[in-house]
This record gives sequence, C-alpha cells and structure tokens, in this order.
Amino acid sequence: MQETTPVAHAATQRPAEPILEVEGLRTQFFTDAGVVRAVDGVSFSVAAGETLGIVGESGSGKTVAALSLIRLLEDPARIVGGKVSFQGRNVVEMSQEDLRNIRGDGIAMVFQDPMTSLNPVLKIARQLAETMLVHGRLDERQALDRSVTLLGRMGITAPERAIDSYPHQFSGGMRQRVMLAMGFANEPALLIADEPTTALDVTIQAQILDLIAELNRDFNTAIVLISHDLGVIASVCARVVVMYAGEVVEEGPTEAILSDPRHPYTWALINAVPRIDRHVPGQRRLVTIEGTPPDPIAHPPGCRFAARCPFRIAKCTEHPDLLDLAPGRKARCWVTQSGDPLLPPSTRAPVPSQAKAAMDHGAGTKLQRGERMLELRGVVKHFPLPKKTFFGKREIVHAIDGVDLDVSQGETVGLVGESGCGKSTLARVVARIHQPTAGSVVFHGQDIANAAQSRIRPLRRHMQMVFQDPYASLNPRMTVADILGEPLRLHKITGSEAETRKHIGDLLDVVGLSAKAAERYPHEFSGGQRQRISIARALSVRPDFIIADEPISALDVNIQAQIINLLIDLQERFGLTYLFIAHDLAVVRHISDRVVVLYLGKVAEVAPADKLFAEPLHPYTRYLISAVPIPDAAIEKRRKRLPLQGEPPSAINPPSGCRFRTRCPIAKSICSEVIPPMVEHRPRHFAACHFPGQF
Amino acid sequence: MSTTTTVTPVAFDAVPSKRRRWLRRYGLASAGALIILSWILVAILAPVLAGHAPDVVDVTQRLRPPSATHWLGTDALGRDVFARLVYGSRISLTTGIIVVVLAAAFGTLVGGVAAYARGKIEELIMRVTDLVLCFPPIILALAIAAALGIGAVNTIIAMLVVWWPKFARLARSLIIVQRSQEYVEAAVVVGLSPARILIRHIIPNSIGPLIVLVTLDIGNAIITFAGLSFLGLGVVPPTPEWGSMVSEGRELIEQWWVAAFPGLAILTIVVGFNFLGDGIRDWLDPKSRRR
Amino acid sequence: MLRYVVSRLAAAVVMAVFATLIIFLIANTVPGDPALAQLGDLAASNPEFLAAFRAKWGLDLPLWERYLIFLKGLLRGDLGISIASQRPVLDDIISYAPATIELATAGFLLSVVIGVPLGVLAAVRRDTWIDHVARFISLAGVSAPTFWLAFIVLAIFYGGLQIAPGPGRLDTIAFPPARITGLYLVDSLLSGDWSTFTDALAHLMLPSIVLAAATLGLITRTTRASMLESMQQDYVRVARAKGLKEGTIVWGHVLPNALIPVVTLGGLAYANLLTGAVMTETIFSWPGLGRYTFRSAAALDFPAIMGITLVVAITYLLINLLIDISYALLDPRVVR
Repeated sequence: MQETTPVAHAATQRPAEPILEVEGLRTQFFTDAGVVRAVDGVSFSVAAGETLGIVGESGSGKTVAALSLIRLLEDPARIVGGKVSFQGRNVVEMSQEDLRNIRGDGIAMVFQDPMTSLNPVLKIARQLAETMLVHGRLDERQALDRSVTLLGRMGITAPERAIDSYPHQFSGGMRQRVMLAMGFANEPALLIADEPTTALDVTIQAQILDLIAELNRDFNTAIVLISHDLGVIASVCARVVVMYAGEVVEEGPTEAILSDPRHPYTWALINAVPRIDRHVPGQRRLVTIEGTPPDPIAHPPGCRFAARCPFRIAKCTEHPDLLDLAPGRKARCWVTQSGDPLLPPSTRAPVPSQAKAAMDHGAGTKLQRGERMLELRGVVKHFPLPKKTFFGKREIVHAIDGVDLDVSQGETVGLVGESGCGKSTLARVVARIHQPTAGSVVFHGQDIANAAQSRIRPLRRHMQMVFQDPYASLNPRMTVADILGEPLRLHKITGSEAETRKHIGDLLDVVGLSAKAAERYPHEFSGGQRQRISIARALSVRPDFIIADEPISALDVNIQAQIINLLIDLQERFGLTYLFIAHDLAVVRHISDRVVVLYLGKVAEVAPADKLFAEPLHPYTRYLISAVPIPDAAIEKRRKRLPLQGEPPSAINPPSGCRFRTRCPIAKSICSEVIPPMVEHRPRHFAACHFPGQF
Repeated sequence: MSTTTTVTPVAFDAVPSKRRRWLRRYGLASAGALIILSWILVAILAPVLAGHAPDVVDVTQRLRPPSATHWLGTDALGRDVFARLVYGSRISLTTGIIVVVLAAAFGTLVGGVAAYARGKIEELIMRVTDLVLCFPPIILALAIAAALGIGAVNTIIAMLVVWWPKFARLARSLIIVQRSQEYVEAAVVVGLSPARILIRHIIPNSIGPLIVLVTLDIGNAIITFAGLSFLGLGVVPPTPEWGSMVSEGRELIEQWWVAAFPGLAILTIVVGFNFLGDGIRDWLDPKSRRR
Repeated sequence: MLRYVVSRLAAAVVMAVFATLIIFLIANTVPGDPALAQLGDLAASNPEFLAAFRAKWGLDLPLWERYLIFLKGLLRGDLGISIASQRPVLDDIISYAPATIELATAGFLLSVVIGVPLGVLAAVRRDTWIDHVARFISLAGVSAPTFWLAFIVLAIFYGGLQIAPGPGRLDTIAFPPARITGLYLVDSLLSGDWSTFTDALAHLMLPSIVLAAATLGLITRTTRASMLESMQQDYVRVARAKGLKEGTIVWGHVLPNALIPVVTLGGLAYANLLTGAVMTETIFSWPGLGRYTFRSAAALDFPAIMGITLVVAITYLLINLLIDISYALLDPRVVR
C-alpha cells in the first residue's frame, strides 16, 4: 500500500452533488452564567466522497458543530437556528425516529478517545453487529460474518478471535480501528471523525490516518475530519474550514489555505507550529498572537478576532461576513478583501524585563557552559504490580531498563518517545520523585540515586520541574502567592515577608503575568496561564536545571508557542539547562540542542537535533520522523509515509535483545539474542542498533 | 451567506434566577443544617422546653393520649412523652457525634499510617480492617456491648470497635490518590518534608470526602445507638433515650404515641444529617457545578 | 477461574479462623462473668456451686487452653454446648437459621426487584416526579430506624386496619409444616399444604417489607447514582451515534455497567440482612438467628456467641466470595 495520495484523488471528485449542506447553524448552551453561543451561524457543505477538514482551537465550536450535525447534543446545549440538510432532508427538524435511522446508517461518527468509546462490558462482536442489526440491513448471522470481514479490512489481525474479545484486551490504536469498523459498517454516505487520532501515538496516528484516507477512496464515503492539528488535516483533507469563536473564518482548498492563508487567525495557527521538516537556525521564537478568544457569552460586535489581530484596520469594528475571495475560497476578513496575501511573520525580540534582579543566582556551584551537570548511568526503574491472586506471582513493569544520559550546563536535551516508553518515569527519577531500582544519578557531582530526601533538599535549589497537566500541577486550595511563596520560605531565599512579596511579583512579571495574579486561586486561570504559574514556581528557587515533562502537550497551538517562547527567553536570560520531554517531534526538534529517543525503557538513539532529524540511524527514529504529518498539503501529497506496523510490546515482558526487533523490518537473529550496545557511529551521534543506518 | 433560517422559535427562560441557583447549590445542605441546628437547640434548651420532668412517674396519668397538658401523651409509667423526647435528643446527638468523630479520628490516623508506611505495615493494617469488616456491625457491637455491660459509655466503646475501619479505608485511598497528583510531586521537587506535604497539600485536598462520610455517618451512628438501646443495651433505664422509648412502647399498639414519636424524632434527625452530607457532597463535587 | 476461587477460598478460611480468635479474645477479656450471668443471685453466692459451674464449662482453664479446646471441637464440626439452652450450639443454629434465611431472602428480593428498576427509572427520568419519588423512598428507607418502622407497620396494618396478621411465622393455632428445609414457604409447598403456605406468606409480608426498607433505599440510591455516572460515559454517545433505540441503550449498554457497584452493595446488604435482622425479629417475634444472637449475648452464653460469630463470619466471607465471582462475570476487565 502506501501509495497514499488521497488529496489529489478526492480533489478530482469535487463537482459531485453536495450530500450535506449546513446553513446558518447556531447551537447554544444555556448555562447558569448565560447563553454560550458555541456555534454561531456556521455554513458549509460536503460533496459525496469529499474530504473536509474542520480546524480550530479548543472552544472554537468545532466539536459542538460536529455533534449538531446528527443532534448528539446533551442537556444545556440546543440547536436554536439554521439548517442541516443531509441528502435533501433537514436533520434539525427531523423526528427522533427519522434521526435514529440516519445515525450510524447515513452518517456515522468516530470520536476522540477510543479508550472510552467502546462499552467495556460488551463483546466487540455485539457492539459491531448491533450497528448493522438496528438498521435492519442484515440478519444476525450475516452481521457477524460482516463484522469479521470489517475488522480484517481495518487491519486487525485474527479478526475471528477479535470479535470474541472485550475492548480492554485491545490497545488504543486497535480500538480506534474497531470504531472505524463500526463507522463503516453500513457504508455511510458521510463519516464524521472528531479528533480521531488525538489520543494516539504518532506512529499509530499515521496508521489510522492512512486507513481513513484509504477507506474514503474505497467506500466513496465523504469524510468530515475535525482536528486542531493542521498536519493531520493536510494529510487527509482536500478542503478545510477554519473555525474561530463559533464562526467559520476561512474556507478553501487545503493546499491553498496552508500556503497562503487569507485570515489572520489561520495565518497565526500555521505560523505558531514548529515544522519538523524545516528548521531555520537562529530563529528560535515562534509566532504567537496575544490574548485569548472572546467570551462566548458576549461576543464583541465587530470582527471577533480583531482584538488579537496583528493586521487590524479601522473597518474591523464592523462584523465581516464570510466573503468570497476566489472560486472556492472565502474568508471572514476585511483586511484580505484587497486580494493581497498576509505577509510572512517577523519574530519580535523578547521584551526585556525589569525584574531580572530577582532571578540572579545567589549561592551555588555555577558551572561553566558545557560542563557536565547531570550524569545518569545504568538507571533502572521497575514498578511491581499488585498481585492478582493471593498466591500469584508478582508482575513487574520495566519502566526504565538501563538508561545512560548526560546533560551539560546550558544545553537543552529533548527526550522523545511514545506513550509507555518511560520518558515521564525517567523525568521523575531524575527529580527523585521516584527512587531508581538501580543505577546512579549524579547531579552537580553528587549521587542522588539513593540519597535521603533531606540530603537532596539543598540540591533542589538547583533542579526544578514543570509538569504536564496545568490543571493537576497546582494545588487548587492555595493562592498563587502561597504556591510561589512556599519554596521561597523553605529555602530561605527571601528574608522578610515584604521581600517574599516583592520576589513573587518579580516572578510573575518574568513569566508574563500581572502582579495581581498573586492573590487568586489556580482555577481562575486558563491552561496557558497556569502553566506560566507552574514555570514561575520552578524558577522561584533560581535553579540552573529544569525538567519539563510534556509542558505544552495539554495546550492549544498558540498557547504552546507562547510557552515555548517563554522557555527560550528564560534560557537565554538566565542560562538555564533543560531536560525537555515531549511526544511532539517537531517541538522537540525546534527547542532542543540534543535529542534522546527512548523506546520501551531503553535509549535507541542520541544525537544533536539537526543530525538526528537529517540522518537518523535507528530504524525506530526513522519511523517516528516519517509518521509526523506536515501541515503542508503539497509536501504531504509527495511524501510517502513509512508504515510502521503493530504496537509497542508490553513493558511487563519486554522482548529479548533489541527491544525494537518485534517491529523492525531489518531485524535478524542477532537482534533477538544480543542487546545492541550504544555506539558512537558518528561524532556525538550514538545509536543502539546492530544495523545502524541500513534501513 | 448569513441568512439564518430560524427553525424553531425558541423562547424560554435560559438563565435561571439567582434564587433558584442558590437553592440548587446550597438548598439541600441548608435544609439539613437547619434540621440539625433545631435539634441542637432543643437539646440545649431541654429544661426550658420540656414543661414536665422527664422521669417523674405518675401512675394515675399512665398512657394518656396526646392532649393540651401532655402534648405527645404519657407512657406506661405516666411520664410525659414530650419531655422525655426533648431530653432524649441530648443522648442521641452526643453519642452519634462522639462515636463518629472518634472513629473518624482513629480510622484516619490508621489509614494514613498505612498509606505512608506501605509494604508490610500497610498489608497488616489493611488485613486487620478487613477482619473487623467481616463481622456484621450490629452483631459485633451487640456481642461487645453485652460483654461490657449495659451503659452509654460501654455501648459507645462497642460501636467504636466496629466503626473505625471504614474511615481507615477511605483515608488510605484518599491519600494514595492525592500522593500521585502532580502538585504533590511538585511539592516533593520543591523539597518539602513529608509532614509538610501531608499538612499543606494532601489533607486540605482530601478532607472533603471525609467530611461527607462523617456527616452521613452521624445519622447511621444515631440509628445504631438507638437500636442497641432498643435491645436494652444503650442506656440504663429511667434515662430518657429514643431507642429505649420505642422499646418501652413496642407492645402498645393501641397507645401508638408512646413508640411513634421518639422514632419520628430519630427519623428527622437522620434525614437532617443525610441532607447535610448529600448537600456537602454535591457542593464539593465539581461535576455538579456544571449546570 | 478455578484457581482464583480456590485461592480466595483459602484466604477466606484463614480470615474465619482469625475472626474466631478475635471474638474469643473480646468475649473473654471483658469484665462480664458468664457464671454470674447464668446462675442467678442465689446460686452465685454459693462459692462451691460457682466453682463447680466454672469447672463444668471450662471457665477455670487458662485462656489459650479454652481456645484450643474450641478449635479442636471445631475440627470435628462441634461448636460446643450452649450454656443457656444446654443444647449443642450447631443444633441451635440449624434450628433457628431457616426462619432468618426465609425472612432475609424475601426482604432482599423485594429490595432488588423494586430498587434496581426504580433507580434506573429515576436516573433516566432525572428531575421528574419519578426521580423525586425514588429519592424520597431511598431517603426514608435509609433514615427510618428499622425497629420503629416495624412498630409503625404493625400498628397500622395489624392494629389499626387489621388487614395483616400479627407477629410470628404462622397463626398461633396453626402447626408448622413437616420440616424438610425449615423454610415454611418451601416446606408447605413441597408437602402440598396450601393453607399453611398462604398463612406463612401472609406472616412474611410485613417483616420482609420492614427489613427491605433500608436495603431498598441503599440499592435505589446506588443504582441511580451509578446509572447517572454510566450515562455520562463516551460509549453512550457512541451508542446514540449508531442509531440505537433509547431503550436498548439504557437497558443493554448502560445498565450492565451500572450494575457492577450495585452487585457489591447488594451482596453486602444480603449478608447484613442474614445476620442483622435482630430488631425486626424481636418485634415480629420471629424465631430466627437474630433473636438467638441477642439472647445469647444478653446471657453471656460464650459457646453460643462463638458459634454464631463463626457462622456469621463464614457467611460474610462466602458472600464476599460470591460478590467477587459475579464481579468477574459481570466485568470482563477483572482479571481472573
């Protein structure tokens, strides 16, 4: 397979009759605080067999719009206006009975989280077959037969056995395949996929996206793909609709929009994302837009993006319609009405802060740039699982299995890998939240692997951590002042209360928050702001080393860019050293000096970022890079994705020898017998592979 | 393009009034608190409210139905049911609260130790709680109370023995959940000592479910104590106590007032604690604030 | 699965032995003196009499020896002789158990048959009248003291309206059916004694309703909460997106998930009913284990208390085991 050129293919089918026409759709949530206008006059159409992407940030209304198409809304939400006509019938006015006949038959839907989308207590067979039975297409026997065929078609091995399984026996990727089998069971005219790959790892995401594109071609089912990721959209969709604040702000062919956006919001979305295929040395800052989307209860009367728009003109106080630009292209913008493209971004230099004094390092063993700060040797962390039965054997998760890692003063080391590879555990071992099972962790010349917490405490001033979940990493019952003041008092960094208050004000200024934030509680802040507080807490003790565990993965792209810029600013100003953990390879490439690739508890490859992405030596690294979708339809069209098959094995019984061998296309017998050693194949470029660079 | 075809003319009060919102959020808890406060007032003001002495026997006045002089009638010994009921609130309230508060304090401590000690000690503590939990509470309390002898203090001790394990379990699971929260990990990285982490971070965030259980459980304890008294174990006779009052009237089906009113009193006070507990739970649960 | 059951059984046996040890220690280290409790004031004032009594029942032996004697007897299936009734404890338990089993089972069935559907309907029709009714019933059920409810029900239906029979398992003039299982309903059916069957059934009505009240409240409440929780899950939206009927979604998709916590609760509730029907049995003069327990406890009849404790603990552990097994059957995620 892998001759995937769905974009070109679908584009040729454009002139077909529209099967779905949405006109002026308005969906509102009637909450205590007021009426939330989540979808506020949205119109678009989908032709038979077409692929349409809907892109936007969280809160833009894209998911609510998708749910409105088959009226899957729940209580405070209601469709209050507009028309959704599917094959000539208005879904909005349809009886419950008619609606039920369309759901799953004419229009199918696949949701974001495959782990919760299947009923845990019912067999796959029943869940699949009932989709067909309820629409009266087949009898029970036929439905079961077809279930097996469908699962096989979706790439599930041994489908006869699979239908007799329960959902928990499958991984996330497999479950999403089951969901797709369910979606295509009645060969619907339209499939709505709401962030179908967001919860999956990048290699699995690639598999699922390829599958969706293939099914679109084979079944001639139209696809509406909702995503926040332009790369995902670019790899599947021929046309794209951009949503902002409940409205469509731009619409057109994917290729045209990605290369020449005509709405400043689209422009900002595209430029906020670092690209894995493109790295301009020296240009470290990403383009960000200020502010946040407007309050959906009280939208501003003019252009809803005007307040954040860098191209704003006087006319923007009037609300623009979705105006035609060219055949098939529309934008809701006064600025681009002239027909001129939006200029490429210029990244501004950071605004120097006055609060620098607060961050000057007090005491401490300040290393010279390039000197070794952290040294891990043979670090192992095993987690014993609770015994299943009274007399049973205890199983052990091999989260990390012998990791060596060096970090030098002033550098940023990126740590990448798929979920379950042990990257978060490694971060917690370095921070000594977990005690390693074996190995040494030398930080500033002191082995902290088995030291008591009281011995480590003085070193905590040098090492801090920023966590993934901005909603869980701040104690909800403490004010920001308490959160930031706690480490200051503990390490006696400030003497008097007045000094503490001043320092807290400085910290908030450094991370770009106002001093007024100090008296507020975490829940009063947005995700991005919380992450800034989290960074301020880490900075409070004036550390020289910060572990950042997926600090941006829970955030929208624009906020991601803001946080990345902040981290880069801080590094330049205070000479910080980062261990940056992420699953997003483009971000890691953008921010890191060196990159470490982790697979199932072991390091697969270590190299300077540019070398690693230019000439990966380990087959796994090659697959990872290839799997990342690129937000450029022209490139996606030409690019062939490497098809990494299967899923990572269990960390309870990891494979012998090379851990990647079970999925590796060039594995030989030696790979199962000998653990490949970490060898410096090129200067500063290490890989643990028996056949480096041969794939 | 922006021709919006309005399908259904929608006109309904979208935003509920402030009053209704307040009722939805605090109504249940307030009703419960009101009931409980009223009973506490009754207990404090018993001598003022009772009108009659609770333990003066007057055989000439025995088994009188409710009337102007005896609002809730008199019992088989001619004692005023209302007066005994009013005084009885003292014992029910205090025993209920004492049992649950002591059991919660001890159980939480034990559960906390288990969660922190881990390994063998945790295993041992949890096995002991399992052991106690494998007896039905009433039977065990009955056996212990009978062995210790009649009296309020002995009954309280018997109840304590069966009461603490549920708090130990809850406290342990709450602490284990909190311990893996990222803000607790952040506190470790900052360098706080385990004791400070417990006091500043874990306890404030896990106290909610404990308070809910304590509140709901006071009602349970009141019923159980009254039940043991009903069986003749709780209090030494002439003491006015609701359970034993029901017991005294249980054969008197014609003279229903003797047993009916004290039982009704128990019912109202337990409903009060249930309302308060449920109200606090709804109030603490972020999901219920959604609407 | 078999491995799982065997290992759980073994653990249960260990727990049961520990349970007897605990109750033995509690019973023997507290101030009450069974000799004084049994003999009455006159006999107890005679020291010779007292010593003979103690020697006869082994009360003069050291604690550990008495426990060993008890354990040895246990291995032979001998729970000892009740001080109060002078009969083997096991015989006593066997003769009192059926009445309790009959009552508890009837009460349990009532609360499940009403409670589960009521909880489901309340959750599905949230904030409608049926939800309010269900919430009222569950609140009243858990808040009303059993002994008081028993009295009220008797006063209204027996004393006032006179449509229900009084206390006891049968009319005072009626003879019990020939003993086969000891369960009157079953025995009368087996022997074709129709009038005894209706009599027994009529007598069972009020006490089983009283006994069911608290359990009904708990089951309704838990079912409702669990249904509401399950209806929030993503797979429900998926089921709707497939075009399934609401009925299929509620009963076929949501309920099997929502039942999982209800099974735990229901099992424990049944164990409690079996062992804790003391109050109901007292008011309804029901000759069951509850009254036997109460009498033994009041008389400090240690052999009887030990025997009951053991039986009760084993019942608890067995029911817990059954809960776990049905859990594993209901929820495929539980590892067997």
